[in-house]
Amino acid sequence: MGWRGAAGPCSRPHTPRLHCAAAGKKTACTGRHEASGCAAMKCVVVGGNVKVLGKAVHALSRIGDELYLEPTENGLSLRAVNSSRSAYACFLFAPLFFQLYEAGGPDAHGELFRCKILMKTFLAIFRSLPSLEKTVSKCLISLNPRASRLVVQLHCKYGVTKTHNLSFQECELLQAIFDKQLCTSTLCASARVLVDAVVHFPVTLAEVTLGVGPSGKVSLRNYVDEETEPSKTMVTELCLSEDEFQDVRVPQETQITFCLKEFRGLLSFAESSNLPLSIHFDTPGRPAVFSLEDPLLEVHLVLATLADSSASSQAQTANGACHKRVPDEDFAADDLESYMIAMETTTGDEGAEPPPSPTFPMRCPSPATALEAERSTLDSDKDEDEDGAVPGTPPQKKFRSLFFGSVLIQAQARAHPTPSQEVLAEDSEGEC
Amino acid sequence: MRFRAKILDVACLNHFTRVINTIAKLAKTCTLRLTPDKLYFILTDKVANGGVSMWCELSQGNFFDEFQMEGVAAEHNEIYLELTPENLSRALKTAQNAKTVKIKLTNKHCPCLTVAVELPSLASSSRIVTHDIPVAVIPRRLWNDFKEPSVPDFDVSIYLPVLKTMKSVVERMKNLSNSIVIEANLNGEMNLKIETDLVSVTTHFKDLGNPPWVSDGDSQNSTQDRDPETMAEARVDIKKLQQLLAGQQVNPTKALCNIVSKRIVHFILLHEDVYLQYFIPALA
Repeated sequence: MGWRGAAGPCSRPHTPRLHCAAAGKKTACTGRHEASGCAAMKCVVVGGNVKVLGKAVHALSRIGDELYLEPTENGLSLRAVNSSRSAYACFLFAPLFFQLYEAGGPDAHGELFRCKILMKTFLAIFRSLPSLEKTVSKCLISLNPRASRLVVQLHCKYGVTKTHNLSFQECELLQAIFDKQLCTSTLCASARVLVDAVVHFPVTLAEVTLGVGPSGKVSLRNYVDEETEPSKTMVTELCLSEDEFQDVRVPQETQITFCLKEFRGLLSFAESSNLPLSIHFDTPGRPAVFSLEDPLLEVHLVLATLADSSASSQAQTANGACHKRVPDEDFAADDLESYMIAMETTTGDEGAEPPPSPTFPMRCPSPATALEAERSTLDSDKDEDEDGAVPGTPPQKKFRSLFFGSVLIQAQARAHPTPSQEVLAEDSEGEC
Repeated sequence: MRFRAKILDVACLNHFTRVINTIAKLAKTCTLRLTPDKLYFILTDKVANGGVSMWCELSQGNFFDEFQMEGVAAEHNEIYLELTPENLSRALKTAQNAKTVKIKLTNKHCPCLTVAVELPSLASSSRIVTHDIPVAVIPRRLWNDFKEPSVPDFDVSIYLPVLKTMKSVVERMKNLSNSIVIEANLNGEMNLKIETDLVSVTTHFKDLGNPPWVSDGDSQNSTQDRDPETMAEARVDIKKLQQLLAGQQVNPTKALCNIVSKRIVHFILLHEDVYLQYFIPALA
């Protein structure tokens, strides 16, 4: 997956004829502003859609710290990306979602307006969903070019109007390049099924492995990374049958590991929208795309997946055991006797280690080999990855560097006059 | 060494979950002892060093529809496992509407207690969730460390007040002080006291009643000669008391405590079919 453009302070100079009210304040505008002549953006959301918008903001807040807002002729898009660039979400609200939708025209330079706002600020406006539902009848989002503020106005009960003037930063296009068509595997299920599935995992769990085995059995397991001692961690696995899904098109057995936290954010949005959720994925290491589609709204969440060969081999044994579990009435596999015998014979010997037990699998690979495996994965991606992944980066970064490395051709060319920079952007703000 | 058990009844499952939740609140890790008739959750921190000690006994027949075990050897038909009860609590948490719950001792990458939950689903086949909880098998030579504690030679034995009331009192006191004094006499009176530089608070409970202990020899005679008004007291860590009370989700059938002046407070809680003993040592 590649990135076009980077978030960062705009490098164009101030237009001298515009007086910038915020000049001198670092947190306010940092770039140029719409010339007072061009049409400014204006969107009005009414009724139940206000809550939908609020829920979208909540889901995006689980991804990143900044909300990228861009009015296009296809609708208003709200996007977020996480700091390690391993998760990207985009909510595109079609013009019909709004009571009134004016994207605004391009500015004097022929550029469409786009900006980013602090997620914290935007979320605060939509923080309480129950009160949004009960008291807010209309939400107006508009751009005030002269004050260089994004105005979000909530029209509430009893004639109360809450107006928020948000400062924003202009930014380059944030567009993750991905193509669902190139993903070999697809799963489609109602959000309810998936919500009920993830409830069995602790809220703090970072990563989860989704696997599709033979006969279409779909499993979800908590991911235990190599550094954690396996004898200390509880492993939870959930098996769902094929017929719980609306669609299962998985040509071969696959396992992908991705971040659960970001996925949960989308799930809670999906649950309330009642739309079926599609998961498009490929081989481990390639990003997985989670999407919801509706005539009024299109949601995409793209998550990097772990390209970890040891994870898939671990998964194989666990997956094999999963099949054993279901009809398992046989004790033989569970016998600990040989282990006990081994323990008893070492009674006399204080300092001796228990002899290697035949029932125990091989110990974890030594750190050296683990690093080597990681290095070779990074190296093989290096050709594709113009970003130049640093060999030997700590394991957590496996997600990020591989995310950059996967280059898929964009299916829908977005008609933007922005200079297309194929350079896979470094985070210019140095967040990486 | 084998163990497998199954719960089919939803009320039994809820009850078992509540017991596990209580244990999880009292101990981070503890020992699970399995015998053909009973399960025991045992915690034996060195009481002499200020650690609490716990003994919880359940009859398996009250919870499990199927229960089979084979111990280490024929003449030692028991299994001792060290586990983190919080894991078991988590596994059972989302199983409350399950069709069946099976618990088995297995050997995955290490010895595990595997909890397999069969959940209802709209599809033709049920949804299965398995949790592999890593455990450590405790060898026979260490079993002596986990013997049932004996009732101490106490000065006063008294029934506890309604636990809900006691819990809310202790919870508020916890904000003011780190230690609490529990004192009681043979007249059915109990006081909970805290004292700091700024404030002293005492809550008085009356008419609690004193359980009749059958005296087995000289050891209990001291209580009979004792002046009923004299208080036996012990200062304990308030957090430990609060943990014990917070873990009680249902009002017990019987709740009493035995106080050995300035040494230890011994709690006995009986919930229908679950017997819990908890020792809190006195602070120096």
